[in-house]
Amino acid sequence: MIKVLNTLIAVVAGVGGALVVYWLLNFIAERLPGKWEDRVKPYLYLLPALAAIGIFLIYPVVQTVIYSFANQTSTQWVGFKNYTDLFQQKDFQITLVNTLLWILVVPVMVVILGLGVATLADRLRSRGERTAKTLIFLPMAVSGVALAAIWGFVYEVRPAGEPQVGILNGVVTALGHDPVAWLQESTFKLNTFMLMVVLIWAQVGFSMVLLSAAIKGVPDDTLEAARIDGANEAQVFFRVVVPQIWSTVITVFVTTVINVMKVFDVVYVMTGGNFNTNVIAVRFFNELITNGNAGRAAAIVVVLVIAVIPLMIYQVRHFRAEEAAR
Amino acid sequence: MTSTVTPGGPPATETRRLGRAFPRRAESTGGRHGGWGVRITMFVVCVLWLIPTVGLLITSFRTQDAANTSGWWTVLAHPFQNWTLKNYSDVWTSGGSNAVLNSIAVSLPATIIPVMIAAFAAYAFTFMQFPFRDTLFILVVGLLVVPMQVAFVPMLKIYGQLGLTGTFPAVWLAHIGFGMPLAVYILRNYMSTLPRGIIESAKIDGASHYQTFWRLIVPMSVPALASFAIFQFLWTWNDLLVALVFLGPGENATLTITVQGLLGQQNQGWQLLTAGAFLSMIVPLIVFLALQRYFVRGLTAGSVKG
Repeated sequence: MIKVLNTLIAVVAGVGGALVVYWLLNFIAERLPGKWEDRVKPYLYLLPALAAIGIFLIYPVVQTVIYSFANQTSTQWVGFKNYTDLFQQKDFQITLVNTLLWILVVPVMVVILGLGVATLADRLRSRGERTAKTLIFLPMAVSGVALAAIWGFVYEVRPAGEPQVGILNGVVTALGHDPVAWLQESTFKLNTFMLMVVLIWAQVGFSMVLLSAAIKGVPDDTLEAARIDGANEAQVFFRVVVPQIWSTVITVFVTTVINVMKVFDVVYVMTGGNFNTNVIAVRFFNELITNGNAGRAAAIVVVLVIAVIPLMIYQVRHFRAEEAAR
Repeated sequence: MTSTVTPGGPPATETRRLGRAFPRRAESTGGRHGGWGVRITMFVVCVLWLIPTVGLLITSFRTQDAANTSGWWTVLAHPFQNWTLKNYSDVWTSGGSNAVLNSIAVSLPATIIPVMIAAFAAYAFTFMQFPFRDTLFILVVGLLVVPMQVAFVPMLKIYGQLGLTGTFPAVWLAHIGFGMPLAVYILRNYMSTLPRGIIESAKIDGASHYQTFWRLIVPMSVPALASFAIFQFLWTWNDLLVALVFLGPGENATLTITVQGLLGQQNQGWQLLTAGAFLSMIVPLIVFLALQRYFVRGLTAGSVKG
């Protein structure tokens, strides 16, 4: 009961506090003489938002770069030691290779499957279409931890001879094979691919929704014209539909790349980065929290930020182009 | 991300209008419907898609003994045995109820406050003239993709000095900061599609910016506010990383941390974990089914968040 009360107080105080801040800011602005009111007001309206961004995104980037050149408690400069140490570790090299593999495989699969499902759903009657889309989109709503629980149970392995409770090994043993430890077996990166399946499962819905909207935007007469010219359905799809939705395909692809670069929950919860499945965000977490090595954790973040810069440039360019088109 | 709010170039206005969750084709759909082949394929895909979740759901209602000695699909053979609600009551009494409250205490302020802050900022970006306006907004756009990991090392140190680590405000502030670029971005893009004439006439009638904001812009922006609010609520509800770093396990642990803790104790069996996982999914699923259209808009617009 006390807990409920505390929760309520926390919610009211947090939200009320923010309201008071705005009322005060506006109060100050309206007391300013004449022209100054108009000059200052925009910045007062922006102040809390810019402060939040400044404190939690801009200042930390600078500070993290600085910390990455210091030791684990940030008390002494160590030059590039954090970076050279990291890149010499076999373990970190595997982590980078895994992350790269995620970036290469997951976005492509998400686009292909999303495109497939969207195309098929588009051909159903509207009720079937809505139901199918709702089902496929559903995993998007669920937390990474829940995804890990759902799929951890699918991949569950029991020693050969015992009844299997995970459905995948249930199928494997029913076919007469030995059960497979899906999340421990790193031959041919099997466990990494199994983890990717989880994220792909969760992301296809997003891809499907965007691509489906784009496919619906393709004018019917372009399809008709192609059919009259004798194109078969596959040709219509690849030569007429795909080129017209290409910008959406790129959007889905880039978005998924950004998500995948930072994949954390699924890997952290399912394998903890063990069995050669580590990725950069999990390695960062282990370095920061488990090992308490601020310098090396900061160096890992810097690597991540450098990798994100091209996407940032793409983002800003895309925005500019869109604004110009308006 | 620009492109996620306005997928596919031209239909920009279509997505901004925040219409149906899964828009229908406007013109006639003649010749587009597939035959039985398409229907059967789609049915199979949907069943395959559902199997993992169904397995979890069924197991969460099975007795400990049944869940750990036979596959959940065996219930199809004898469907009236070994059902129980004990897993849920066990999870609820052993920290689950506390975790639900903690998740609410984290998510509600971490949703409402940034929506408010961002709405003010978006108003300034859209309807006010001031130097460096476009530069500042470009900065916001660029920051959309910055991974939130950048904040952890410095913020842990600062929170440590302030004694904030492990408290709710520590997590609220972090979520406010990480959600801000996306919030400002979505709301500003929406507000820039509102008819300017109405704002001009409010000005002529002597309304101040403060009044215009609360009486005109906020009511007109409800669809965008709702989309972002739903996205942010689910993001904070489902978040594990921020909660682990700034809150940690213990008295204030959220549902995600609690379920992750259950995953660590798998040797006690799957029945508790499956119940806990499903408990954590109930709120997102209700939000999803009840507010589907805002939900889909919010998620597709926000899926790029750092």
